[in-house]
Amino acid sequence: MINWKVILNIAKTHLLTKMKSTVTASLGVTFGIGAYITLVSFMTGLNEMLDSLILNQTPHIHIYNEIEPSEKQPIALYQEFEDAFNVVSSIKPKQSQKKIHNGLPILNYLKNDKNVYGATPQLRAQIFYLSGSIELGGNLLGVDIMEEARISNIGDYIIQGTPEDLKNSENGILLGAGLAKKMSLKEGDRVQISTIRGDVFPLKIVGIYQSGIAEIDNIQSYANLKTVQRILGEAKNYVTDINVKLNDIEAATAMAKGLEKQFQVKATSINEANAQFETGSNIRNLITYAVSITLLIVAGFGIYNILNMLIYEKMKDIAILKATGFSGTDVQLIFMSQAMIIGTVGGILGLAVGFVLSKLIDNVAFETEALPTITTYPINYNVWYYIIGISFALISTFVAGWLPSNKAKRIDPVRIIRGT
Amino acid sequence: MNLVLETKNINKHFLKPKDFHVLKDISFGVEAGEFVSIMGKSGSGKSTLLYILSTMDTDYTGELFLNNTLITGQKHQELSRIRNKHIGFVFQFHYLLSEFSVLENVMLPAKKLAEKSVAEIEHDAMEKLIMLDIEKLAHQRASRISGGEKQRVAIARALINNPSILMGDEPTGNLDSHNSENVFSIFKRLKEEEGLSLLIVTHDEDFAKRTDRIIQMEDGRVLD
Ligand SMILES: Nc1ncnc2c1ncn2[C@@H]1O[C@H](COP(=O)(O)OP(=O)(O)OP(=O)(O)O)[C@@H](O)[C@H]1O
Ligand SMILES: [Mg+2]
Repeated sequence: MINWKVILNIAKTHLLTKMKSTVTASLGVTFGIGAYITLVSFMTGLNEMLDSLILNQTPHIHIYNEIEPSEKQPIALYQEFEDAFNVVSSIKPKQSQKKIHNGLPILNYLKNDKNVYGATPQLRAQIFYLSGSIELGGNLLGVDIMEEARISNIGDYIIQGTPEDLKNSENGILLGAGLAKKMSLKEGDRVQISTIRGDVFPLKIVGIYQSGIAEIDNIQSYANLKTVQRILGEAKNYVTDINVKLNDIEAATAMAKGLEKQFQVKATSINEANAQFETGSNIRNLITYAVSITLLIVAGFGIYNILNMLIYEKMKDIAILKATGFSGTDVQLIFMSQAMIIGTVGGILGLAVGFVLSKLIDNVAFETEALPTITTYPINYNVWYYIIGISFALISTFVAGWLPSNKAKRIDPVRIIRGT
Repeated sequence: MNLVLETKNINKHFLKPKDFHVLKDISFGVEAGEFVSIMGKSGSGKSTLLYILSTMDTDYTGELFLNNTLITGQKHQELSRIRNKHIGFVFQFHYLLSEFSVLENVMLPAKKLAEKSVAEIEHDAMEKLIMLDIEKLAHQRASRISGGEKQRVAIARALINNPSILMGDEPTGNLDSHNSENVFSIFKRLKEEEGLSLLIVTHDEDFAKRTDRIIQMEDGRVLD
């Protein structure tokens, strides 16, 4: 039978009379756990922010028509040359359009799929921005702006004007911020654009778009799909890209493959597009855990040392306890409870320190053009990190306490009493 | 004849640094209510024997009985319980837990036994302290009292669970003649008033002479 009250009382007395060692050992754990919580909250916060940045800017599935040479050259159709070795030099791509063949049926099909959160058509046109005598090359993207705003965070990047403004204007354009600066244009002004064929159209600037990535902002603008179709003189079914957002991102790769087969188009999933990005996240996580575990191991050694010292100092007490009827297990439990009290107190303090530090970081200003919605450093307050943190504190103090307490369990009282 | 403690052919060897036959065929008994002293030259094996009798040392051959039950071969857990309940032990050096108060030191073995409530234990402990005339020290830290006082606290602690037998390894060895005399009269009173059995190792001839029986040891043997 184990008498916990007595055991805990002895453990408590030992800890209180050795306040300095107790505090040192607890602070070791506090430091380790606090650093773990702070690091992991901050690192995963950053990861998540970067992930969502990519996720929101990249469609889950991107459907387009790739211009490529025919796999079968006409000569292969001739039966006469069937067994011959044919050499065709200077192959050119098959004459075709960038247009997705049956864009509207695909769009309809996607909108009826219950796995699809949204699908929007896009028309990408090469144009020139005319500013006086200067021509700036660039892109004009025809979009269904309201649907675009629903399934992506494009709204965050429209720094002047709103998606509605674009939707409500026949000849509106959301001008790239870099372009606006170069041409000294602002909201409400007019800008002339010219197609590759040379037709010139005046468009009204209803807003400014800034992704934060200069290479995009210097060349790209948005207009309504209809507007761009009209500028190019194309029919209503002329779209070059379809962006799909799914309810479950995990299904993207399989679905992209299915779409390619079914509609003879090119479909890339976000997973293929961002394979490298994943690696980055994984490495950051790895570093976080490596550093945290190192800190906790150092804290564990601290506890091990201090308990060892304590047991060495308390040899006489251990002998007395054993001589008066405490069993080896009782003695072990006395020292294990000390380790666990240090672990619990240090661990809980560590969680508090980690939380406070996270809060501090969370309030530090962090502004970047690329992330218009973010104003402070991102922190991920996940309860699981706190659960893992306290478990780790308890496990490491348990291990650190086990060896010394096991030694105390086996101390032979006769040897101590004899003084050898 | 009711034997509290009995040994049958106890032998013990120390193997290090070389084989040394320290106890040779020890057979004797202590009757209930008997006050026995053990004498013998230094190195004759008195302490070694006492550690075996107190169940702390289990590395021996032969048989040890306490209240007519065989103790030899019992598990460590069980030996701890027996030591706690049936055996009171007083060392030559007053071993007390220095961070605890006098009262807590006395109460600890009873708390471990857990047969009584804390209030009862405290009451019993105070009684023992009063009997030994140190009740004023009850709430002092054990490290802040004199040697003679510590020895009396150790006796109170040994008595707290009303053991079958009290063993002492030169309990007066470190005390002046006045304190020595004091401890002897306490033992005598415990025997007479409470019928306690005592087995005390001593070098003090006067002390031994006044006990019921002296066991003489020489070179690991009991002389008749
Ligand atoms: N751990 C040990 N290893 C080897 N020999 C030991 C050990 N402990 C004691 N001895 C030897 O055993 C013998 C008996 O020792 P013990 O302590 O029992 O003597 P004692 O009768 O109590 O002497 P004293 O009166 O001086 O206390 C001594 O010769 C001692 O050297
Ligand atoms: Mg001795």
